[in-house]
Amino acid sequence: MVRLTINGTPIETDADPEMPLLWLLRDRLDLTGTKYGCGSGLCGACTVLIDGRAVRSCTVPAGTVTGAVVTIEAVADARHGFTPDQARLADRVRRAWIAEQVPQCGYCQPGMVLAALALLAVDPAPTEPAIAAAMTNLCRCGTYDRVRRAIRRAADDRG
Amino acid sequence: MTADDPAGCPVNLSGRTALPPVTRRALLAGLGAGAGALVLGLRLGGPGAAELRPIALNAWLGISPHGAVILVDRSEMGQGVHTALPMLLADELDYPWDRIAVRMAPVGPAYRNPILGAMATGGSTSVRAGFLPLRRAGAAARIMLVEAAAALWRVDPADLVTADGEVRHPPSERAVGYGALAPLAARRPVPATIPLRGRADWQLIGRPIPRRDVAAKTDGRATFGIDVRVPGMVYAAIRQCPTFGGTLAAVDTAALTEAERAEVRLVQLPDAVAVVADGWWRARRTLDRLAIRWDRGANASNHTDAIRARLTAALGRAGTRVVDRGDVDAALAGAARRLDADYHLPLVAHLTPEPMTATAEVTAERCTLWVPTQAQSLYREVLPDLLGLAPDAITVNTTYLGGGFGRRFEADFGIQAALIARAVGRPVQLIWDRAEDVRHDFYRPAHAGRVTVALGAEGEILGWHHRVAGPSIMARALPQMMRDDIDMTTIEGLHDQPYALPALRIDAIRQEVGVPVGFWRSVGHAINAFVLESMLDEVAHATGRDPFALRRALLAGAPRHRRVLERLAEVAGWHDRPLAPVAGARRGRGLALHGCFGTIVGEVCEVTVFDDGRLAVDRVVAVIDCATVINPETVDGQVRGGIIFGLSAALAQAITIQDGAVVETGYRDHPVLTLADSPEIEVELLKSDAAIGGVGEPATPPIAPALTNAIFAATGRRLRSLPVAAHDVRAAAPPAGVDG
Repeated sequence: MVRLTINGTPIETDADPEMPLLWLLRDRLDLTGTKYGCGSGLCGACTVLIDGRAVRSCTVPAGTVTGAVVTIEAVADARHGFTPDQARLADRVRRAWIAEQVPQCGYCQPGMVLAALALLAVDPAPTEPAIAAAMTNLCRCGTYDRVRRAIRRAADDRG
Repeated sequence: MTADDPAGCPVNLSGRTALPPVTRRALLAGLGAGAGALVLGLRLGGPGAAELRPIALNAWLGISPHGAVILVDRSEMGQGVHTALPMLLADELDYPWDRIAVRMAPVGPAYRNPILGAMATGGSTSVRAGFLPLRRAGAAARIMLVEAAAALWRVDPADLVTADGEVRHPPSERAVGYGALAPLAARRPVPATIPLRGRADWQLIGRPIPRRDVAAKTDGRATFGIDVRVPGMVYAAIRQCPTFGGTLAAVDTAALTEAERAEVRLVQLPDAVAVVADGWWRARRTLDRLAIRWDRGANASNHTDAIRARLTAALGRAGTRVVDRGDVDAALAGAARRLDADYHLPLVAHLTPEPMTATAEVTAERCTLWVPTQAQSLYREVLPDLLGLAPDAITVNTTYLGGGFGRRFEADFGIQAALIARAVGRPVQLIWDRAEDVRHDFYRPAHAGRVTVALGAEGEILGWHHRVAGPSIMARALPQMMRDDIDMTTIEGLHDQPYALPALRIDAIRQEVGVPVGFWRSVGHAINAFVLESMLDEVAHATGRDPFALRRALLAGAPRHRRVLERLAEVAGWHDRPLAPVAGARRGRGLALHGCFGTIVGEVCEVTVFDDGRLAVDRVVAVIDCATVINPETVDGQVRGGIIFGLSAALAQAITIQDGAVVETGYRDHPVLTLADSPEIEVELLKSDAAIGGVGEPATPPIAPALTNAIFAATGRRLRSLPVAAHDVRAAAPPAGVDG
């Protein structure tokens, strides 16, 4: 039995507590925005927010999660799982990502966006080294330049 | 492939949509309740929806009063074709861009890639191949709509104009929408002559039009192969024989509990075992609890060192003389000086971010695939025999690709999914874990190159003898592309190189290495550009000439290349902006130029080599001439991406073979460049009057030699093999100045 709060909704499933959060999201709850990339916490495609921190869900047993989980689906529809402040930030990041035309193949981008959200939530105007330190998600298409630009744009956009 | 669809109209141009659209919103409305089946077409709702179905005016375009739909017949893997190809058609159509929906096409003869001869995406061909046909399709449709309006109103078509999705008759101030005209227009013959707009009148081409897929890819709504959900589907994990060519001997399930046995199904394939369960994690975990015995096959003792030794030995064989221009023998005999160098390149994996995956449903009558693929046609060629079905019974639905880079030109994973689905009698989604993905790739070929350059008394190049030894991709993948037993990919970028060499000889020696090789972004060009552009750099330094000046002098007969080179030097500050010194380090700047797929790219790479051996790639400047730019936004993205992709390989990627199997298992031992380590990149696009070139691959080949030439400039160390990480690049050069 696993009890969690995901995108603001409490859920209870009979899933194996050892099942990584990633697969609970994908295979049990059909929240497929969170991607499988490596299963080792290296690539970041499976990034979700737990209590606002970016966490690689492929290495976190679902049964150990006590915080509130937010997935990329909340960025698509911010009514779910975000406080009003977080929702505004999520919207800024989403708009910056689109304005900078960041994604190519797009597979890593949900994780990138959530990692950027986690960064901007604690550091509203990150320096280049801060961006480099926080954004450890891997992108095979090489969108890093545009990721940097989108984060700067989202930071500048705060009103 | 419809999550980004703005118009919300159902598509039925050729009988089938790409993928039953699924929105994630259903989940947010109530997690777990009624998840996953909100069809986009439902938004239309109500009576009359059927009449609003788009009417097909040709294979790519459908129009309804509700909006237009353009079918795209190439796979979207990040290169932007789901925007660029519709732009081509829409440019001639006079229809509002934001009312056009974009969908993936099914497999069909109309969607054959004329350059590749099949429905396939690769070779940087999509825009080049579509440039004329798609504009003609848009122009023909517009003419047919105009003629339909002329017939309706009984007026001269010459008096009609089109704008904003309407045909207008200015004398009478009448206007009618394309949607209303479409049924009439569809019955008109295709016009005999189809004039196209000139460059000056292009509406969309050349503009930075935002990509259609960006919003859905930003917030997780985009459907990749791994995101497909089919009613009743189960999940499969797979373990393949570690050695290439080996087979499955036996599977022992003794370690499984009764409960586990009840929950999973085993499917044995000739060279693999799959576990099928109601969730992928359970399937994958069960796989680990099986004791599997393999017949390791003929390559069981293969080893990286043995591969290198075989390739080196092959360089001594005669091979096939592919090019022999001028008198190389005389040049060598009369040379004041000779430069000889051997180069080696390792096997490299693709590591698409989305591991290999496919979803299949197989019945006695049909096979339906949902697959992130670059090679739709291949499934209709291969699966009928395997499944005992007619080609028409194979349906291929193309999802977004989580990276392609040539890996998804292969059908291995899709075939496995179909075989497993048939075995269990239910729809199956097969997902490879990352280790399987790395250990069962079709790798960039291992390569050995040997170059001998004859130099005259003034250091001028008299002759160039270039030998290449390596395995063939085409002999396996596309045997019809072999020419007199020569795989042209092994010499591409060499036989067509732009430099004015008085004598040039190229020998190709085919040497298989016991490892499957395949198409890796830019294929042979990435390999040959490394050797050619490194060797030119060696010549420049050996003869005391500037690498830019040497190349420029050799490009007298190649004005497009020369223009790229000259502009590159300006943008990079090659002549007038020395690198700022860094304490405890040496800095260097390297240059490389390469043309492929109709496009020319020059790159300058700037590095800092610290005294402790750390290497920083600081900046890359790229100048690209792809002749005609369709969407500058996506071209810019492809250049940056091609550079990062090539840098990852050049810096640290090499596949190791031990006891016949690949040692590497993922991002830890086959590393990919991170944001922190990626350089600042500056890109400039040049236009020219040449035939339009491709952009997906050409930025990759120059970066490895630009990097190692920069390392040489900084340290005096010539790296004649990759990856850089295998070398000690500490600044003090060894006496010979060479790291093999």
